[in-house]
This record gives sequence, C-alpha cells and structure tokens, in this order.
Amino acid sequence: MKATVTVMLKTGVLDPQGEAVKSALGALGFAGVDAVRQGKVIELDLEETDAAAAEAAVTEMCDKLLANTVIESYRIEIA
Amino acid sequence: MRAAVVTFPGSNCDRDLAVAFEAAGFEVARVWHKDTTLPDGLDVIGLPGGFSFGDYLRCGAIAANAPICREVKAFAERGGHVLGICNGFQILLETGLLPGALMRNASLHFVCKPVPLRVETASSPFTAGYGAGTEITIPVAHHDGNYQADSETLARLAGEGQVAFRYLDNPNGSAGDIAGVLSENRRVLGMMPHPERAIDPLHGGIDGRPLFTGLTEALVSA
Repeated sequence: MKATVTVMLKTGVLDPQGEAVKSALGALGFAGVDAVRQGKVIELDLEETDAAAAEAAVTEMCDKLLANTVIESYRIEIA
Repeated sequence: MRAAVVTFPGSNCDRDLAVAFEAAGFEVARVWHKDTTLPDGLDVIGLPGGFSFGDYLRCGAIAANAPICREVKAFAERGGHVLGICNGFQILLETGLLPGALMRNASLHFVCKPVPLRVETASSPFTAGYGAGTEITIPVAHHDGNYQADSETLARLAGEGQVAFRYLDNPNGSAGDIAGVLSENRRVLGMMPHPERAIDPLHGGIDGRPLFTGLTEALVSA
C-alpha cells in the first residue's frame, strides 16, 4: 500500500516560511493571497496490504518520528 | 569528574565541547551515535552543536532516535546531568527530555553573532557559577532557534524557575526571549547559545567558562 503523510504546523503556530512565501507572492503581483501555510508531504511504500493496519502503523510512525506533535499536526491517506 | 560528548554525523562542535569540559577538570570520553552503551561512571553527557543528519526531517529528529540517545534518555531519567547546546538542545526537545520545540528563526535568517543574555536562575548545576540576574555575552549560530511552547508550558517554566537564560535582544523570535531551558529536576539543560565558544580570551570572551567550572564545583560538592 502507499501512504501519504501531510505534516503541517498546527493552527495558531506562527509559520515564518509561509509568511515569507506570502510576501514574495505579493511582490510578484499576485493579489488576494490571504494566507500561506507551508508543510511537507512524506510518501511511504508499505508491504502491508490491510488498510487499517497500514494506517495504524503510519500513525505510530508519525507520533514517533515523522511529525513533532508539539508544533505539528499530520494527516494520513492510505491508497 | 567524567563527561561524555556524543558525536553524530554532522556534529561540528563536539571537539569544542570536549575541550571546554576538559578545561573545567573533566576527563572526557567521546561517544559515537551508533554506540549502544555509555562509559561507566559518567557525571555529565554533552550533546554538541552542529547539523546532525543534515537537519533532515526536523533539526535533531533523526539524532534523537539514534541508538545512543536511548541510553542518554535513560541516563537523564536516572537523574544524570545532560547539557545540550544548539543542535544538542534541538535533540533534547525531540527526545522529550525538555518541553517545547525550536522552529525556524522568525527572520528566516541564519543568525551568527555574540548575543547578550541574562542568567535567570543560579539554582542549577549549570548556572550555579553565575549569580541570578548576571548579564553575559555568548555567541549564537543557528537557523532554527525560535523556541516555542504552549502558554501553559511557558507559564510553568517561568513559575518553576526552569528558564535558565533569556535573550536581552531576541535574535530569533523565541517566546519569552527564552535562550535556555532546564528540566524539572534541573539536571538537564538545553540552550541555543554556545558557551563552549566563550571559554578563552582568544574567543573574544570567557562568559561561557562559569557554566563549566560551576558544573564541576556543583558535582564535586554533590
């Protein structure tokens, strides 16, 4: 199975990189961008064939390594 | 007095930290990240600055899961002393030995300069060599030193005297100008400034020296 993990800073945590991207977009003349949040996408190829087991395993990976849950939240998609 | 300094791939302040411990009277063992045991009879472990594992994923995240870090964590949980500087501070936060997180500097710039700090508490083995309220100058060199924690954690750190150092001129956007944090038992210190780069007049200052000499005195009298 393939798992796609999206890691984003939690709502309310200031994202200096997102702010800088927003400012650069404004400088390029793109009007109407109210907010930019920058995160990361991690793709995993898994041997697991059961979606529920895969999701449980990836959740543990997120909690232990892929995300820092002090400041980040994550979303898992299994396909 | 025995200290260990851990080297990860990408550590670049490990030798400087070993020299600082030695200058304060420690016998220093150098430990590799793949080691699975620590030397016997250690009084303190130093996690040095640098860019462990290329700062991949998040600063300190891969190092915090290196084999030796399980031992470092167990050592701290048994009441051992641990000093994490810069990348070492990032690693301590990733292991959960200290609360909070270090984010990209608010300016997005790498900051490399001497910065003035205030010693917030003398009540720890690492800060006993300074008086509380002493102002010192120590160099910083980092891209991800913006300390953040939720408001309850920040209030607890301030209330329990677990903030070791605050910036007098915040270089990175840290909440509460926090430059260094102590654990609840005050035996684990993480800090972004580099005291090991301020122990010799040729460094441009010796304000880092009392951290190491004070630690020696505290351990001898303990």
